[in-house]
Amino acid sequence: MIDFILLLVKMFLIFFKIGIFTFGGGYAMIPLITEEVIKNGWVESTDVLIDFIAISQSTPGAFAINIATFIGYNQAGILGAIFTTLGVVLPSFFIILFIAMAFHKFKTNKYVIGFLNGISPVVPGIIMSVALTFILRSVFDVIDLNFKDFKFQIWAVIIFIISFGVSKLKKRIHPIYIVLISGALGLLFYGLF
Amino acid sequence: MFLLFFTFFKIGLFTFGGGYSMIPLIHFYAVDKYHWLTEKEFIDIIAIAESTPGPIAINSATYVGYKVLKIKGSAIATLGVVIPSLVIIIIISAFLMQFKNNVYVEYAFMGIRVGVAVLIMNAAIRIYKKVDKSILSYILVVFGLIMGFFNLIPIVYVILIGGIIGIFYNVLINKENKVNEND
Repeated sequence: MIDFILLLVKMFLIFFKIGIFTFGGGYAMIPLITEEVIKNGWVESTDVLIDFIAISQSTPGAFAINIATFIGYNQAGILGAIFTTLGVVLPSFFIILFIAMAFHKFKTNKYVIGFLNGISPVVPGIIMSVALTFILRSVFDVIDLNFKDFKFQIWAVIIFIISFGVSKLKKRIHPIYIVLISGALGLLFYGLF
Repeated sequence: MFLLFFTFFKIGLFTFGGGYSMIPLIHFYAVDKYHWLTEKEFIDIIAIAESTPGPIAINSATYVGYKVLKIKGSAIATLGVVIPSLVIIIIISAFLMQFKNNVYVEYAFMGIRVGVAVLIMNAAIRIYKKVDKSILSYILVVFGLIMGFFNLIPIVYVILIGGIIGIFYNVLINKENKVNEND
């Protein structure tokens, strides 16, 4: 019982931290979530986490809330889902309340502007590093990136090229189409060969 | 009050694919339909939501709620946008457990994992395009990429270091025209 309460508190605090450091929308959460969730062993493997990310992107609602709920529920049931979601919501809630009350001072402060200008290029760099890690995992069929026992997966490369091509067909194609197409290709290639 | 809750409930329910796709819906309800905000206020909110921590969906719900009903409104709008996700994901999780060991589901997910990498990559490119192009920002992009890829230090520190470098740059070096180019 005590252990369960401690787990809930820990999940809340870690998602609170993730909420504070998510600059630039839900996708910016993925690197932080990957780091914390793997470190704490809240999913069985990175593959499961990537599956959660896929489903969170293809279901209604904000990605950040979906993925927080997923991980919380997976680890500690409905209470876990509520605690992780609260954790990720509360920082922005309070920060926005504060800004809504004193908006103009915030926006012209040179320290705030400098801070945001410094963060904004770092964030896409980190996000790209996670994308690279995920692609390499699939292409070389490895659990982590130690490459002790890797196997080159040509199908992963083909799925990557097709999905990337499709994602560039339209300016803002909906994520669910990419998930559906890559899922169908996975079923086809891995199922047949 | 109920209107505010149900509006954001609807926005939460009918938005697929993250906060950015909520922006048009929020515009439709908050500006066009219910006139909770002016066009100018709406643009300000999006700018604030993008430059403050946290998911865009929560940020904009909190801000719109505050404009309508102060703190109470913030809480109601945020709850409204959160509850659909919470319920839907819990239901899906329960189903997912049953299909976990199905071999075809696993094949599909082997493909989907590649698709997710593509989506994340596109998000990185999209965010990168908004960054102003300067030598400092190129350095910081590469810094984020290398630190993230090799897991050298926790990501929170990577972000903080970027922010601190940005402050030093803005305060010490870039003394002129610091406000104008940020709107």
